[in-house]
Amino acid sequence: MASATAGAVPTGRQLSVPRWAWTLPPLAALGLAFLYPLALVVWQSVSPDSGGHDLSAYGQVLGSTVFREALLNTVVIAASATAGCLVLGFTLALVIAFVPFPGGRALSRVVDVFLAFPSFLITLALLFLYGTTGIVNGLWTQATGAANGPLDFLQTPWGVVLAEITYFTPFVMRPLLAAFERLDTAQIEAASSLGARAPRVVGRVILPEALPALAAGGSLVLVMCLNEFGIVLFTGAKGVTTLPMLVYGKAILDGDYPGACVVAVVSVVVSVALHTLYRAVVSRTLPASGGTRAAAR
Amino acid sequence: MSVRFDRVSVSYGSQTVLDAFDLAVEPGEVMALLGPSGSGKTTALRAVAGFVTPASGRVLIGGRDVTALPPHKRGIGMVVQSYALFPHLRVDANVAFGLKARRTPRHETVERVARALEMTGMAAYARRYPRELSGGQQQRVAIARALAIRPEVLLLDEPLSALDAALRSAMLTELARLHRELPDLTILYVTHDQIEALTLADRVAVMDSARLKECGTPLDLHRSPGSEFTASFVGGANLLPVSVSGGTVRFADAELQLVAPGLTDADTATLCVRPHRVGLGDGPNALRGTLAEVQWRGATHRLVVDVAGHRVAADVTELRDPPAPGTPVTVHFAPQDAVLLTSGPVREVARG
Repeated sequence: MASATAGAVPTGRQLSVPRWAWTLPPLAALGLAFLYPLALVVWQSVSPDSGGHDLSAYGQVLGSTVFREALLNTVVIAASATAGCLVLGFTLALVIAFVPFPGGRALSRVVDVFLAFPSFLITLALLFLYGTTGIVNGLWTQATGAANGPLDFLQTPWGVVLAEITYFTPFVMRPLLAAFERLDTAQIEAASSLGARAPRVVGRVILPEALPALAAGGSLVLVMCLNEFGIVLFTGAKGVTTLPMLVYGKAILDGDYPGACVVAVVSVVVSVALHTLYRAVVSRTLPASGGTRAAAR
Repeated sequence: MSVRFDRVSVSYGSQTVLDAFDLAVEPGEVMALLGPSGSGKTTALRAVAGFVTPASGRVLIGGRDVTALPPHKRGIGMVVQSYALFPHLRVDANVAFGLKARRTPRHETVERVARALEMTGMAAYARRYPRELSGGQQQRVAIARALAIRPEVLLLDEPLSALDAALRSAMLTELARLHRELPDLTILYVTHDQIEALTLADRVAVMDSARLKECGTPLDLHRSPGSEFTASFVGGANLLPVSVSGGTVRFADAELQLVAPGLTDADTATLCVRPHRVGLGDGPNALRGTLAEVQWRGATHRLVVDVAGHRVAADVTELRDPPAPGTPVTVHFAPQDAVLLTSGPVREVARG
């Protein structure tokens, strides 16, 4: 007995690393990869080219019309695209999961592949199809002899919204399809046998169960839309300046690094604020059952 | 309301899961569909509910052909093994679901929900979520939800199989009480448990391999099974290979006396004797052999006797000094306790 106890002591000592020490490696990685660059951006935003440290760059940028338009564009485009993704994603996931049709399972796998595509690929495809010199307009001018085709929306904010909906919808569908797979189909059958038609079954049985997944997909898409750069750049939308585009313009084209950093800081604040607001709204609408509410967080 | 299956067949691809199923359930009757897994009993139930579309045949409820009718128009209550309660709704909202779907006036909904919960003993749990209830309580809520819409047909698909033995027994009593309170309610009860079927059902439809094997009252099926399968599935049975020749039935060189009018000669037939009808010691139809196994079952002993290479089980009242395995013993049974089965292949079975 004594020898066993004596033998156990050194083993315990070897493993007695203070618990807080385990947090150091991830904290160091987080600090180096994320917090330090962020701190640099914030520092640069209060370091004007004229020297010293003040908030003059904030005054200049926040007071400009270009910034206010970019902020409005960013929020409107992101909110519209997120709403579109939620509606389209929920509908498509519903069809794939619950309406039996040949190739449904294969289509579900295509969604996974779609997630890996770069955003510019989708935008490029939309340009080929619906651009001013795209296939649809080409067919129209050939058929009618008109000088221009009817489609000229891709370079407007709505063109950007369409491209973002097309690209980001699978990000809503993936968690939804996973949630639908977990749904007990007996619940749907029970609802039907109780007299519920399809819209009531969707609204009262499927949707409440899918809300956590819908919330997760929606918040992801919202943040991604707020910071989307490639799609806006590729559509070449005239007059559609968003915050990421403004950062690019100020830093690369104008060489105004403090101004670019101010916009970047605002962009981060807007992203975090809108994301927090979205989560707050969603958690209020989630059903009160502990399991699903916990899953949404 | 009556339910009738008119040669209903259901297939999944090339596999037939219900084959020309014919059955008529009378209004107010409790009909148990009893069979092993894959026998087609749940498929038959789902055909009534409208969740599977028959490849051929018709389903009639109250004389009306409902084969093409969607589930929400059939007016049927259904309770499944997993309860299928809506987890985001409280108990009262779960029970009110069907009434709201049918746009029942608000005051009537409240009244009927209260009545259904009271009937199932769940009135005190109305504001709970399903996850806050035990399995038995969830089952009661599922039954209350199905009854709230006042269906004329109630479908129960293995409703007790997720419960433990004590709770299952209590729920069986509850279901029997519910049916006494609602005598007009026609119940189709799917189970693989013979005790549930024998306890609750007015009639039992025995199913195997997608087909209806036999249908009758529990007593008839137990005392006079028509086939080897029914005999072994409805209660335990000794199924012994016998030969019939010149009006005489022989088993292992012993001539047996049976109450079986109009015996026709057959090289192979099966004799069914329930183990609890087999007695220890000398008597009519005595069979001598060697004791192969002794099992103590509390109130009874099961003795398995080897008679000329065939095993005969006897359930006897608990013995103070049971014989040891290997001891020569004699067992017997009364002529009226044996049933001669002349159809189906001979398969020696002694099931508990």
